[in-house]
Amino acid sequence: MRNVRDTARDVQNGDASALSVLEESLAQIRRRNEELNVFLHVDEDGARAAANAIDGRIARGENVGALAGVPVALKDNLCQTNIPTTCSSKILEGWRPPYNATVVDRLLAAGAIPVGKTNLDEFAMGSSTENSAFGPTRNPLDTSRVPGGSSGGSAAAVAADMTPLALGSDTGGSIRQPAALCGLIGVKPSYGLVSRYGLIAFASSLDQIGPLTKTVTDAAMALEVIAGHDPLDSTSLPEPSPSLVAHVEDGVAGKRIGVVRELIDGADADVVASVERAVEALKEAGATIIELSVPEFRLGLSAYYLIAPAEASSNLARFDGVRYGLRVDGDDVTSMMEATRTAGFGEEVKRRIMLGTYALSAGYYDAYYGQALKVRTLTIDAFRRAYHQADLLLGATTPSVAFEFGSKTADPMAMYLSDVFTIPSNLSGEPAISVPFGTGEAGLPIGVQLLGPGRSEGQLFAGARVLEIADGRP
Amino acid sequence: MPGLKREDVAHVAKLARLTMSESELDKFTVQLGQVLDHASDMNALDLDGVVATAHPFGLINVVRDDEVRPGLDHDAVMAMAPDAQDGRFAVPRILGEAP
Repeated sequence: MRNVRDTARDVQNGDASALSVLEESLAQIRRRNEELNVFLHVDEDGARAAANAIDGRIARGENVGALAGVPVALKDNLCQTNIPTTCSSKILEGWRPPYNATVVDRLLAAGAIPVGKTNLDEFAMGSSTENSAFGPTRNPLDTSRVPGGSSGGSAAAVAADMTPLALGSDTGGSIRQPAALCGLIGVKPSYGLVSRYGLIAFASSLDQIGPLTKTVTDAAMALEVIAGHDPLDSTSLPEPSPSLVAHVEDGVAGKRIGVVRELIDGADADVVASVERAVEALKEAGATIIELSVPEFRLGLSAYYLIAPAEASSNLARFDGVRYGLRVDGDDVTSMMEATRTAGFGEEVKRRIMLGTYALSAGYYDAYYGQALKVRTLTIDAFRRAYHQADLLLGATTPSVAFEFGSKTADPMAMYLSDVFTIPSNLSGEPAISVPFGTGEAGLPIGVQLLGPGRSEGQLFAGARVLEIADGRP
Repeated sequence: MPGLKREDVAHVAKLARLTMSESELDKFTVQLGQVLDHASDMNALDLDGVVATAHPFGLINVVRDDEVRPGLDHDAVMAMAPDAQDGRFAVPRILGEAP
């Protein structure tokens, strides 16, 4: 499958029709979806209608936008009008949203073709896509292993050449970690850069939508389209979408890059070796390398696993059988709600609701939630100090390559610990990108992570592009 | 911080409107206790004077002009309800029988 840039260029120039590009995408989905369980819903008719409309506009000489005819996969926690949206939960089975997420409107306005909804860990809670009520997604590179999560379906869609672009959401690493495990670029933008309107909330102060692609340029193109102020999201930054594609080839000459010990310690040897080789590549491209230690990043995991469940317990209170989705009958309204939630939510979601409810309950609020919000401030301050010394930070995205099914499901804490390198950026609200760099155990891809201060996406894409070239993808 | 007890978990389940079996209560008591133990590294910190963070870039009090705008289509929203009556959400009875 062609990448985003080439597809959009060819479709706009009339060298390929949007419909032919779409049919290629749909054919690949038909070939591999049963085995991989990537898409929960494929909107063939809607996508064909959209592709025909694009082709018609191009025939009339119109410029249809930056993503002309690009098939895109949407994580199934993003609302698209009248298309089933489940969050991979039984509690939303059968629900069809009456509105588009802002990112969906922006993709459509740029000429992209949404083809369907991808599998995730239920309500985006997980790191392997094993928590889906509709079964796990398999890693297209090794079907005995997880694709990562929670945006595992979106990562697998791009890795399996079903679509050249997918959107995911990242609350604690849910775009970057599956990108790393599937050999893709994954971007967690600055908090507020991309509107969260129509993203079904997990932890509202941490959630961000971002792209998964095969190339750095593709990711920059997609982020330019979906970013920018949206009055429908009050946490949206009050500024237009930044220029990003123009910065992809800026390089890193003269940049100071901090290699952070806490973003490497504990990773497997093959992952550490990849980070070390990335350091050499950045040095060769003219960057100055600084070694840093940021001990506060370790505390971030503790803060995250109180803040995210606390917000989730509040956000998921809306699923009560009254307005949408599943209802299980009961004698009175309270027993109906209890029966509905007990039947509708899976085990991991219940675990986090329970944890969050406890952290917010009378007598424990200050000790847990209040303390976690202060530790969040410490993490932000620590980042600020690090950015006095360095322009960007570098570390691993994940402690290991893609792991095997079932290897962490029995021990929730072990699964949580696998997010340790990605969580700090969610707490600080700052952007980070995972870039494939080399391979490790069983020839599987390894992701290295570049982190930057708020609104530094342009610099991150430039750094990522240097690594992409050094890894043999000119 | 005292260890998490089984009756705490049962109480929280009630608050969260979730029914837990006996074995689920046992399991969650252990698993939630592990996460809370891990979080105890925060209790050793002196955080007096540290301000809590809500929005990472300090965006607060976002307001807009008070203009009438169309909302979602009423029929489209109600069509997704598990039960509806006369354009309203219908639920089982809320109040007990009169004494």
